[in-house]
Parts: sequence; C-alpha cells; structure tokens
Amino acid sequence: MRNLKRQLLAGPYLLWMAGFILLPVVMILYYAFTTTSGHFTMLNITSISASIHLKSLLLSLKLALVCTIICLVLSYPLAMILNNMKLKRQGFIVFVFILPMWMNFMLRILAWKMLLSNNGVINTLLETLGLPALDILNTPSAVVFCMVYDFLPFMILPIYNAMSRIQKDILEAAKDLGAGNIIIFFKIIVPLTMSGVVSGIIMVFVPALTSFAISDLLGGGKVLLIGNVIEQAFMQEYNWNLGSGLSVVLMIFVIASMALMSSKGEEGGASVW
Amino acid sequence: MVKKSVERIYLSIIFLFLYLPIVVLIVLSFNNSKSKVQWGGFTFNWYIKLFSSKSIMEAFGTTIFISLASALIATLLGTLAALGIDAMKKRNQTIMIGATNIPLLNADIVTGISMMLLFVRFTRLGLSTVLIAHITFNIPYVILNVLPKLKQSSRTTYEAALDLGATPFYAFFKIIWPQIRPGVFSGFLMAMTMSLDDFSVTYFTKGAGIHTLSTMIYTEMRKGIRPEMYALSTILFLIALLLLLFMNFRPSVHKEKGDAL
Amino acid sequence: MSKRLIDLQHITKSFDGQMVLDDLNLYIRENEFLTLLGPSGCGKTTTLRIIGGFEMPDSGSVIFDEKNITELAPNERQLNTVFQKYALFPHMSIAENIAFGLKIKKKSKSYIKDKIKYALKLVNLDGFEKRSVDSLSGGQQQRIAIARAIVNEPKVLLLDEPLGALDLKLRQDMQYELIRLKNELGITFIYVTHDQEEALTMSDTIVVMNQGYIQQIGTPQDIYNEPKNAFVADFIGESNIIDGLMLEDRLVKILNANFPCVDEGFGKNTPVDVVIRPEDVELVSPEQGSLEGDVTSLIFKGVHWEIEVLANGYEWLVQTTHMHPVGSHVGIQIDPYNIQIMNKPESSDERAVESCVT
Repeated sequence: MRNLKRQLLAGPYLLWMAGFILLPVVMILYYAFTTTSGHFTMLNITSISASIHLKSLLLSLKLALVCTIICLVLSYPLAMILNNMKLKRQGFIVFVFILPMWMNFMLRILAWKMLLSNNGVINTLLETLGLPALDILNTPSAVVFCMVYDFLPFMILPIYNAMSRIQKDILEAAKDLGAGNIIIFFKIIVPLTMSGVVSGIIMVFVPALTSFAISDLLGGGKVLLIGNVIEQAFMQEYNWNLGSGLSVVLMIFVIASMALMSSKGEEGGASVW
Repeated sequence: MVKKSVERIYLSIIFLFLYLPIVVLIVLSFNNSKSKVQWGGFTFNWYIKLFSSKSIMEAFGTTIFISLASALIATLLGTLAALGIDAMKKRNQTIMIGATNIPLLNADIVTGISMMLLFVRFTRLGLSTVLIAHITFNIPYVILNVLPKLKQSSRTTYEAALDLGATPFYAFFKIIWPQIRPGVFSGFLMAMTMSLDDFSVTYFTKGAGIHTLSTMIYTEMRKGIRPEMYALSTILFLIALLLLLFMNFRPSVHKEKGDAL
Repeated sequence: MSKRLIDLQHITKSFDGQMVLDDLNLYIRENEFLTLLGPSGCGKTTTLRIIGGFEMPDSGSVIFDEKNITELAPNERQLNTVFQKYALFPHMSIAENIAFGLKIKKKSKSYIKDKIKYALKLVNLDGFEKRSVDSLSGGQQQRIAIARAIVNEPKVLLLDEPLGALDLKLRQDMQYELIRLKNELGITFIYVTHDQEEALTMSDTIVVMNQGYIQQIGTPQDIYNEPKNAFVADFIGESNIIDGLMLEDRLVKILNANFPCVDEGFGKNTPVDVVIRPEDVELVSPEQGSLEGDVTSLIFKGVHWEIEVLANGYEWLVQTTHMHPVGSHVGIQIDPYNIQIMNKPESSDERAVESCVT
C-alpha cells in the first residue's frame, strides 16, 4: 500500500521524539522519585512544602499572574486598534510590533537591566525632570517589567490573529440586528477572540512561571522564583534528585494551568448569554 | 477624531516601550564613554573590541553553527514527518499533532533539565548534546509549518501525475514539493530563530567550555555589562531585522506572517 | 397603489475616487418585491448597503417612511439584512442566533421562545434550536439567516445575493420559498442579484443597473419584452441585437432587408439598435421570408431547438419547436410586434452601457 509507505516517513521523527522527549521525561521522573542511592522516595516531591520552596513557588505564581494580566490588558486594545487599521498599513504595523520579539532573549533582558539601573537612562531622565528616582532594580517589579517586555508579543499575536479572523459581515449582521458597539464587543468580539486570549495567556503564563534567567539577572539574587530554586539545585548544589522533584511539581502546575485555561476557552466559546 | 488620537497615543506608548530599550542599546554601542548616560562622542571602538574578542567570536560561531545545523536537520526530519502524518488516518493525525505540540508548550527549563539528565547518563555534555537538544525543540515548528501546506495541496494533482506515468519520486518533486516549499522554508527560518533565541535549553545541555551568545551574555551580565555587549546587541538586532524583513516581504510567504509568530 | 416606503434621492457614492453610484433616484413601495439586477460592479450591492446603513452616501438622502434616515446607524434602522455568506454567529447555537436581535430589544423569554419556534417553522427547520451553526448545510444556514432577520419583524428585508452560494436545484427551491415567505409576512423585500432568471421569477419590480446608473425600472414582463436599451436586452435573456436603419415610421431596414414594425417617431433614415428575441424569429420557407439564410448549427434544448442561421452576414439565434437540419436553406420572418427598436446611445450614461455590452 502506497499510503502505508508514506506513513513510514514519520518513523525517524517518532524515534527521535521517543529518544529525546519521552526518555528524558522518564529520567526526570526516575530522579524525582529516588534518593541519591537509588531508593524510592517521595521526599523530593514533598519538599515543595518546605517554606523556602513554597515561598518561591507562590512568588512565581504571583508574578506570572501579574505579568499575564498586564500583558492581556495591554494587548487586547492594541490588537483591536491594529485590526481596525487600513489593510495597506496593517502588514507593516504588525511587523513593527513583532520585530522586538526576534531580538535575542538575553539582549532584551540586558536592555532593561541597563535602563532600570540606578544610574541608568530612566533614572537620569526622571532626575532631570525633577522626579523621584525609580529604584526598582533587584525587586520583583523589575522582574515583572522585563517579563512583560519579553512576553508581550506572545499575547498580542494570538489575540490579533483571532480578531483578524472575524468576518466583517458578522459584525455588520450584529449591527443590523440592533446591536450597539458595547453589545457587539461583549457578545461577538470577546467570545470570538476567546481562543486567542486563551493561547495568549498560556504562552505568557507558562514561560513567566518557569523562567529563571530574568529573575536571576534583574532580581539581583533577591527575587527567588521556583525556576531559580531548581536551577540552583542542579547547577550549584548538584542535588539532582531534589531538582527533578521540584521540576515535576512545576510541570504539574504548568499542565494544570494549561488544562484550566483550555477548558475555560471551550466554555467561553459556547456559553455566551 | 478623539478616538483616533487616543488610539495613536496608545500605539506610540507601546511602540516606545518596545523600542526604547533597543534604541538606547544602539546609541550606547557608539558611545565613546563607559557611562550609561553620558555621551562621550562617536566611536566604533566597541565594535573593534567586539570583533577582536576571541571568546565572543567563538560563541558567535557556535551559535551560528548550532542554529543552522539544527534548523537544517529539523527541517529534514520535520518535513518527512509531516508527509507521513498527512498520510495517516484522521484520528492518528490528531494524536500525532497533539504529541507534536507538547514540547512546544512544555517549560523550557524542564525540557533542558530532562535532556541534561539523559545526556549525562550516556555521554558527555558538549556541542553535540546542544545540537540534539536544539533539533528536538525545532522539529515541531517545522511540522506545524509544513502540515497546513500539505493540507492545502490537492491530493488529486499528485494522483493525476502518477496516472500520467510519473514515478512517486518524480511526482513528489514536480507536484508536492512546489506546493509545500513555502511552508518548509518558513519552518526552517522559524526553527533557526528559535534556536538563535534559546537560552534555557542550551544552558542546561551545553556543559563547560562551550558558549552560545545567549549563555555568554548571561554569564557576562552576572559580572556586569561591558559596552562590547551593546555593539553585539546592535549587530544581532540588525540580523533579526533583516531576517524578518526577508521572511515577511518575500511575496510567496506573505500570508504566513500571522501564523509564523 | 401602495405608498412609497423608501425613497432614495440623488444618491452619489464613490470609493477611492471611483464613482460607484451617480445621482441615483429610486423609490420602493410598501409590500413590494423589488430586485436590483445587474452585473458585478454595477452598484447594486452598494445601493443595498446604503439602504441598510452600512455605507454612507457621499451626497443625497435616504427617506424611510417619510423620515430622513441617511445618518442613522444600521442598528437603529427598522430593516434587517440577509447577508450573502449568511454571517451567522459561529459561537452561538441556532436558537441564540435567532434570539440575538430580540434579546437586544429586551423581549420576554417566552416571547423569544415562541418567536424562535415560529421562525424555524416558517423556514422549514423545526427542531433545529439546539444545533450548532457548522452542523448545517449552506441552504440550511441561509434559512437560519432569513429566520434571524424576520423574527425582528422588520418593515423591509434586504437580501444581498442570498442564493448565490447554493447549487442550482436548491436555488430554485429557495426562490419559491422566498416568494411564499414574502406573501406570508406581507413585508417589503429588496433583493440583490446578478441572476436574471432569479429576478424574473420572484420580483414585482426589477431595477436593472449598470456602472452606477439605473438602466430600466419595470415589471419582469416590461423588462423582458420591452428592454429600453441594448444593455438591458442583452442582460435579460439572449437576444439578437442588430444595427438597423429606421427608414420611416413603422419600417426598419436590417441587413439590407426591410421589416415592417410598430415603432414611430424615430425620424427618417435614423440609425437604431434592433432587438429581436430568439423565440420571436420565425423560420419559414425561403420564398416566404424577408431574409434568406442557411442553418449552421442545431442543438436540442429539451423544450425547443436552438438554431443558428447565417443570413446576410449576421448569425441569428433562433429558438423554435420545429427542427431544421444543418445546411438547410430557410427564410426568416418576424412579426412586427416582436421587433424592438431602440435609439443608438447618445447620452454619456448610455454610452457607458454600450462600452460594457461590447
């Protein structure tokens, strides 16, 4: 059968994924549930309840949530404005808003570190204007600031895409049936962009929850996220079992937040009134 | 009219937020002073220092090698996989696409750590482990770019070619390949950019002695910022700009702009 | 005669400097089924959108029920539209789609429920309340779009090529459905189409448009039997349109043969366009005809034969129930009443028409 032969083309990919996605997950689970001497234990998992770990997990959740909300609040009107623009300019404008995303992730952090530092551009500017200095480097605010900067495009794009897929005649039909702008927004535009909002939230929340580089570089060692705890367990304390255990916990949170969001997305799609 | 100007102001603020850091970096890369705020005259000094720094140039070379090689191999594997998946039954396709999405959504740090655990068990961390890791997270981007093109391409034309006596191999290159080429190409470019941008996975799988630009900047930044980094940023920004311009304004893939993130 | 419900006065509209409607005047009576007919780009859809409020005319006014509604937003107008691609809300069930307008008007739950039931019955889709939009076929979606519009009890229903996306059989069924609906509801329908057969079947009045101008307004019979110019004649059904010379009143010379006709007042020796419907051409024996020619093609069409006859350098299209084999020598005869004489275009409007036809 010709068709079966063609299916075999996916073989190398399947082997690759089994070797480098599945096997590593098995490894991390193995380390997570064993002691250094190879005996079964739950301690690596339960150590999340240790106050220092719990504190960093809660802080991660909080910062990720704040970052996601800010991104959402900034992106939605932006996507609407972009979508309403004349088509000729639209391509260019969208291009402008995704370009920064293509700059190296580290360099974007670098840029903000430099802008926010005590004798950096922003503070010098504030000083010349006679305003109080913004002393936020090495605080959670700086971390959130940079996360928003880094992840904003991930929110803008899916929402913009969902919005540009709404047919113009759907909006006209709503208007024709007597809907004013407010009703059109809440009953048509919001529900029809819900899928974009959901993927935007996932695409911002997950990396914000699990990032460690931003907090490391802009938190000055004072902002300890769960990502930092895991990174230190591996790279400094060489406690791989603990690190794996915490990674598994983090994975559970990631999966749970995604599951929660996608179920919300389906609800949002169906129940409108 | 009021609404229009409110919209303009809003766009400008976001625009400023996105570009101010980049502009400041670019300006400082030409600043003949180590200060972050004082203009000490125009200079190419930092660029010269940048290019004469062996460690930076090495990291640059590694980065380019890793991203090109990983994108190339991922494109090959991913395109074959997409062809295979396309031939599968609907139900199996859904499962395969779902499985392909998992590494895309997984946290980078977990991906990096889990692969590190595997690699140290069976081999030593080094260039090859970074390459394998990058290929792994690149393949899904290729598949997700090629598969929609395959879905659009009509199966009947392929069958018509076979009917007219073409061998499957000939029919593939004459009929299917031209139709999926834009998808393969944008998949390749996307894989390359993802690879260029990656920090977390590289950080955990690279081992000692190897640096890509991302990990090198990270290490440098923990010590303090050297002005050479500004020059490096400027160059990398220009590369990103050119790449993106190339991708977006090539007529054949113009439509994909939205999908291609 | 029922009263004028909608009055379009001196409507002008252009897009990007391109004139789409130029000083359009048109009125629509209460309970009329009026069709705007014309090729794409003739301005018919723009006219409909101006009535619906989706486009603002550059100048001129829209009078509805003796009130000027030119500036009124679509959601404040007492009319509803059935869109070409249905435009159902994809995230709502059928019932929610139909209820949309009623909920905005804050009707009671029981009222809405009754209305949904009634509307679904009217479009022959009882029991579809809970279905989702994408589980419906194109024809069913179109019926829902109609149901969604009519539950609001509009005085006027605007239909923008609503059958365009349906296949032939379904389209014919829906034509009868629409006529039935219109009679049951007793409201005004304004219908846009480029399909002349659709227009002839359903309309009380047809407005033939081309390049932003109204070419002719009349009943289907008027439009078909007495087209005012070559464009209308050509657009509505097939025709033989031939250059002719009006020798004197009641006598026209076509292809070097004289034909008696019934038209007067064109003057002497005036160049004119002569329109003769294919079914009005009689094929007789050569000596009986005013013109002689040879059959060049013969096609069986079911109810009639379609024959082409070459006579004096012109290929005549003839529809007849009598068979004449290819190669046979025949005579052409035309009843004076079936010869339609039209002035050659003079005004700029008509010249625009001409350029489009050729």
